[in-house]
Amino acid sequence: MADPTRCLNRLLVRLAPRRAGPLAIDREARMTEQDVHRVAERLARESYGRLVAFLAARTRDVAGAEDALAEAFATALRLWPVDGVPENPDAWLLTVARRRQTDALRRHQTRRAGEAHLQLIADEIEAATKHPDDIPDRRLALMFACAHPVVERGMRAPLILQTILGLSAADIAAAFLIPPATMGQRLVRAKTRLRQAGIAFALPEREDLPERLAAVLDAIYAAYAKGWVEIGEAAGHSLAEEAIWLGRMVVALLPAEPEAKGMLALMLYAQARSSARRTPSGAKVPLEAQDTSLWDDTQIDQAEALLHDANQAGPTGRYQLEAAIQSAHIARRRRSLDTWPAILALYDHLLALTNSPVVALNRTICLAELHGPAAALAAIEPLASDPRMQGYQPYWATLGHLHALAGNPLEAHEALTLAIGLSGDPAVRSQRREKLLALQHG
Amino acid sequence: MQYVLLIMGDETRMNAPEVADTGMSPDYHAYNQALVKAGAMRGGERLRPTSAASTVKVRDGKAVVLDGPYAESQEQLGRYYLIEAASLDEAISWAIKCPAAADGAVEVRPLWPTRPAA
Repeated sequence: MADPTRCLNRLLVRLAPRRAGPLAIDREARMTEQDVHRVAERLARESYGRLVAFLAARTRDVAGAEDALAEAFATALRLWPVDGVPENPDAWLLTVARRRQTDALRRHQTRRAGEAHLQLIADEIEAATKHPDDIPDRRLALMFACAHPVVERGMRAPLILQTILGLSAADIAAAFLIPPATMGQRLVRAKTRLRQAGIAFALPEREDLPERLAAVLDAIYAAYAKGWVEIGEAAGHSLAEEAIWLGRMVVALLPAEPEAKGMLALMLYAQARSSARRTPSGAKVPLEAQDTSLWDDTQIDQAEALLHDANQAGPTGRYQLEAAIQSAHIARRRRSLDTWPAILALYDHLLALTNSPVVALNRTICLAELHGPAAALAAIEPLASDPRMQGYQPYWATLGHLHALAGNPLEAHEALTLAIGLSGDPAVRSQRREKLLALQHG
Repeated sequence: MQYVLLIMGDETRMNAPEVADTGMSPDYHAYNQALVKAGAMRGGERLRPTSAASTVKVRDGKAVVLDGPYAESQEQLGRYYLIEAASLDEAISWAIKCPAAADGAVEVRPLWPTRPAA
């Protein structure tokens, strides 16, 4: 789980510009302040997305809901140290946020929304605050809205991260390597589009569910992959954990969907190996060379159980296949089983399903293991004309690796040079340079 | 869209002997190759250190030439690239791959396109 203090800090950063001033608390009240922060911390973690989803469900106005909730949190941080933490903080926040939201709605939307509509919203929230344990969980609906086609593809994961987890635009920008102001503008634009398009905060109809769920899963997995691939530092690491948290939530809310389980399993397989994938100096350790005793058995067991469950419950999709490949790699390394033929068969399925050049690329490494570098080079050949591969660092690294195996030093040298030029990671660059030197002197 | 990548760094590092002797570090060689291969390279050079710089101003009709850079600071411009990129995101992704990003900084500036005369 993510560090709760970080969540609170994030929340406080979000609230900072809206807060009237520093908390006025004297020395005796220090404990109270800590209590308040502990409660706010828990709320930031567990309730933020639930409250935003509930507040936005009927108005379809995410930004408005976030503003209302932010003011409610700010009021809480001001009043709770003095008045004490209310018995039911969720209901308290919802009441304050509702008042703020209906005020704003009256001001801006009376003609469009109509008094009856406003009354409906008010009644609904009133009912919810009276039975706070029954506040309907609309986070999944909110995620489906955020992953709707009206939102540009690249913004779906950032939008989910912000609305469900309360991440600040600056945090998300850092993870997605985009200037914070640009990320902020895009998030605002995405929310405006959702509101203007009147996207319903609802689970899609049964026939639309697979496609829309795929968009939700893709967005969560994109967040995980960002955290996993791009940077080894704290920002990337925490993003990976947030993505796993979201994945667990989707599985919990849609227990019958095998692909959700497949995706969670895939993330857990990768996460289980996170302490083994880099040397202390930051260099990447390939799967073959990883110390398997550093792998996290608990996460691997969870992943295996999820995958087993998923494969029993439904048809095989992309994430289940990718997770199955990871499972086979782990069996190969940990129990010395020869699972390469199974891995190739899984890759064949995956390639037929996705027709993705990245899958085709990874499949060639498996081919080299089973049938030698010549077969792999023949399989990689068609990718050379794919424009997406030209700037794709792993393509050149794989091509260089295969040429080196096949005994073509010139071609290997050219490809590895491009792989170095396309890598933003100094540790990876120096590793590749060593490989280049080995080629020249080997 | 065209962007300039301004490579800023500590001069004592940027002019370290191993780099000065070979003219170009292996990382920059690889980076240049990648820019060329992707068709993004429009130009770019490494600059001599600011000890070779002259700064010129004309004030009240009189030219003043000073030795040294415009701004004295630890981090100086040491290299520039002119690149072609579809968007700011793409230009930033090139800046991230630039070796200087790891120890110095890379400033990304879109060009102000000059309009053809009407």
